[in-house]
Amino acid sequence: MSDPVPEDNVLSIRDLAVDFKTDIGMTHALHDVSFDVPRGKVTAIVGESGSGKSVTANCIMRLIQPPGKIVSGKIDFAPIRTDGYDIVALSNRDPRLLDLRGDLISMVFQEPMTALSPVYTVGNQVAEAILCHRNVSRQEAWQEAADMLTRVGIGDVSRRIHQYPFEFSGGMRQRVVIAMALVCQPELLICDEPTTALDVTIQAEILTLIRDLQQEFSNSVLFITHDLGVVAQLADQVVVMYQGRVLEIGTVRQVLKDPLHPYTRGLLAAIPGLVQKGSRLETIASVVGDADLETPYPLTHMADGRQVSLSPTLLREAGHE
Amino acid sequence: MRFYIIKRLIGMVPTLLLISMIIFVVIQLPPGDIVTSTLDRMQSQGVEVSAEQIINLRAQYNLDKPFVMQYVSWVGGFVIGDMGYSYLFSKPVNELVWERLGYTLLISISALLFTWVVAVPAGIFSAVRQYSIGDYLLTTVMLVGLATPSFLLALIVMYAGYEWFGISIGGLFSPEYRDVPWTLARVGDFLSHLWIPMIVVGLGGTASTMRILRANLLDELHKPYVVTARAKGVKPLKLLIKYPLRIAINPFISTIGLLLPVLISGEAIVSIVLGLPTTGPALIEALINQDMYLAGSFLMLLSVLTVVGMLLSDLLLAWADPRIRYE
Amino acid sequence: MSELALDTQLEAISPARLAWIRFKRHRLAMVSGGFLIFIYLTAAFCEFVTPYGTDTRNVQAINAPPMTIRFQIFDDKGDFHLQPFVYGYDMHVNEDTWMREYSENPEKMYPIYFFSSGEHYQLWNLFETDLHLFTAGEEGYIHLFGTDQLGRDLFSRVFYGARVSLSIGVVGVLLTLFLGVLLGGLAGYIGGLVDRAVQRLIEVLQSLPTLPLWMALSAALPVAWSPIGVYFGITLILSLFGWPALARQVRGKFLALREEDFVMSARLLGASKMRVIFKHMLPSFNSHLIATATLAVPGMILGETALSFLGIGLRPPVVSWGVLMQQAQNYQVIVLTPWLLIPGLFVVLSVMAFNLLGDGLRDAVDPYSTGGQS
Ligand SMILES: Nc1ncnc2c1ncn2[C@@H]1O[C@H](COP(=O)(O)OP(=O)(O)O)[C@@H](O)[C@H]1O
Ligand SMILES: [Mg+2]
Repeated sequence: MSDPVPEDNVLSIRDLAVDFKTDIGMTHALHDVSFDVPRGKVTAIVGESGSGKSVTANCIMRLIQPPGKIVSGKIDFAPIRTDGYDIVALSNRDPRLLDLRGDLISMVFQEPMTALSPVYTVGNQVAEAILCHRNVSRQEAWQEAADMLTRVGIGDVSRRIHQYPFEFSGGMRQRVVIAMALVCQPELLICDEPTTALDVTIQAEILTLIRDLQQEFSNSVLFITHDLGVVAQLADQVVVMYQGRVLEIGTVRQVLKDPLHPYTRGLLAAIPGLVQKGSRLETIASVVGDADLETPYPLTHMADGRQVSLSPTLLREAGHE
Repeated sequence: MRFYIIKRLIGMVPTLLLISMIIFVVIQLPPGDIVTSTLDRMQSQGVEVSAEQIINLRAQYNLDKPFVMQYVSWVGGFVIGDMGYSYLFSKPVNELVWERLGYTLLISISALLFTWVVAVPAGIFSAVRQYSIGDYLLTTVMLVGLATPSFLLALIVMYAGYEWFGISIGGLFSPEYRDVPWTLARVGDFLSHLWIPMIVVGLGGTASTMRILRANLLDELHKPYVVTARAKGVKPLKLLIKYPLRIAINPFISTIGLLLPVLISGEAIVSIVLGLPTTGPALIEALINQDMYLAGSFLMLLSVLTVVGMLLSDLLLAWADPRIRYE
Repeated sequence: MSELALDTQLEAISPARLAWIRFKRHRLAMVSGGFLIFIYLTAAFCEFVTPYGTDTRNVQAINAPPMTIRFQIFDDKGDFHLQPFVYGYDMHVNEDTWMREYSENPEKMYPIYFFSSGEHYQLWNLFETDLHLFTAGEEGYIHLFGTDQLGRDLFSRVFYGARVSLSIGVVGVLLTLFLGVLLGGLAGYIGGLVDRAVQRLIEVLQSLPTLPLWMALSAALPVAWSPIGVYFGITLILSLFGWPALARQVRGKFLALREEDFVMSARLLGASKMRVIFKHMLPSFNSHLIATATLAVPGMILGETALSFLGIGLRPPVVSWGVLMQQAQNYQVIVLTPWLLIPGLFVVLSVMAFNLLGDGLRDAVDPYSTGGQS
């Protein structure tokens, strides 16, 4: 059918390709990744480990370092506070890069245990985020840091703000990192598997926190996970990735209820609890069957607005004329 | 922190005791002792020595007591500041060692400072600009430095001083200042001589220090906490200093303690080559002449120096790294 | 290629092969390895490689400077015939310093003969021969590195010295390795009191200023000892303070290995402790040991050189690089006869080669360590 309805996207990624030069040759970590991140909503990227989710996120923050390199593509960024630009095209010395990182876009990483420097107090590291971007006194910055730490659920802040990261548990540390990411009220928050390294009970707390904060600040969130259960809880929009490519894009309802790509179906079937009653628990391989995962087919727009990468045969079966 | 200091201070005692035992055994190792060598000398001069005289001599030097008692009285004397008597110089050891030890300390510490002033910026540069021409240049210089024995360096510096500047390098004072009391002019003269041993002794340590800092920093540069800070929008230079460098410097601090024995070793041999009035030349003379109290005192004092140096570097580390402080 | 594809490819390459691939990338380590093989070979065959013995004196050349190799391109008949040769010395006495000085005399042209006969020698006490790699013939003489104050050929002495200095490096490291593996292994394997005792000893030994203690120990070596006795004495002294670093590494590794299955099962099967250590645990980190041992050789070579230089290590008539450097004790000597520093150049080169080779090996077997503090 025709083009999708023009949307208000905070980020729109087109044909992004990233290579890593390794010991035994060139690794193509991303090929022609394209998707949009709608403003004020939660977009999830799902995919098994090594599918290029983190590399995508790092591209947005321009954190790809040698031996990695963005070979082509663009990332159009449309913030409200300032004029938009293509993130890929920014030079390494562009002052806009420093505003982009931490002020307009911020990121929560997978490993809360190592994401903070062990030699500075928590307050110092959270307040630094403010001091980097706002023209405020040290005192005001610490005050704001304390407020945000309270907001993310850290009790007894006046004491804990002077403690070192190793005095915090993993879950608490992740709260600190979230506070650090949100303290400048970014327009886009990227969470790269923020709960993977945590205990199950803590995971749920952190997820609730992220959802609450998203609703409170109504910012856009790009949420990376390999857990479809989390996607169902949190996301509005889903991007399915596999081996550095995008296989399917759609709303949560579309992708989880009625996946078009056999790989997505496989992912769903492998999760207990999400599948319809009566069907058996299955491995990804058995569901994917003979679907061709190795050939990169272009993303095709479907009638209902979603996009999928399928072979012509499967496309026809899926009802695309 | 106070508890930590006390713990470390107490821990020093058995270490020093063990060291004193090792040293005492080592200086007792050579066959014969001061009495036999004295007797040899007297007999070669045709002096008849009676058995009674020998016994008296042995008693005078405490040599008639059992080995353990000799050790105990040696260590006991050390604790109260009596280091025994030097037969070589016919003076109490106390009057001989302190000035020399002072010079050794001065040269070693200035060499340490030199090492840092050169090695830290060089190490940072070559880690941050890994694989650049500057990095290759620095690592090459460092490799050669690491491979050059300090005495060879001292010889080369002497050669260069003579060939290019027509000066003879050596000593810590010009002749006219050698035996006069300290004045400002003498201090100036001393400083103008100090820089050569400082550089020669320091260069050996510089190479290894730079290598360690470079490696530490390379380890830290891509750690998650650095990425987090970069993602926060911290400016590059501040990022480097506040995050990876701040952590890379920690294990580096603990190597200061290990560097000190190296510097003191280097100092000993360089002083022998350059003829400096420090512990090195006196130690070797004492060793060759079996002046055991003098040799033992030098060895012991140098060891105390390095043990204290290690303690200081551990305390510095505890101060710099909250994780250790809180253990 | 994605992670999956990468994995399958990695699986096809054995660890040893992967290490070799990584090692080959270190071109400097490869060159150093080649250099070391070369210099060890020349040291092994030094009687053949050099034109003279260690004590052969040339009274026509006392403290004479190094000669330059020149080439004659055409022979007497004018035919092309590349012939290397050296000029003999002309001696005259400097009126100011009363020192002998030498200049080249173009009249005395000594051709260099390859694979020619010279002094008789016994190679490794086995073969009697007079074959040398090169000589300057019956009536000529050749001193590529000059001569010392007794007129002995420095070139020959440097290669004889290589035999002693380089072998001390290796023998010393083997000894260190033995001590380090034994003590570190026992500490890590038995744990408890033994572990604490070894740890304390390591701590103490590492806080001692090495050189002064080396000096004390070598001064204690009896003067009457034979050269071979002194040789092993010095080697032992050098190893005595070298093992702690290695023992620490071995201990840490053993602590980790102790818990692994195959060690457990060997223990359950009743293998003795020694057997478990040497038979089962050691092979599993051989490669690390080799890298560490390689990096320990320079310390040994430098130690021997320093002690001998001070006159308390090896003593003449033994020839080592340190003994050779002993002649260059003060700057008058260096200014007048700078070529006596040539043995120092060999020390620097071989130490550098060992460091580079060791770095390359370590990176190859353990790509994640960057040589920092661990
Ligand atoms: N530092 C790196 N060096 C080499 N290859 C890398 C690096 N980081 C990522 N890659 C490559 O990119 C692919 C995707 O990685 P990543 O984005 O981290 O996966 P994930 O989806 O689990 O976050 C990996 O399979 C790997 O091949
Ligand atoms: Mg990831």
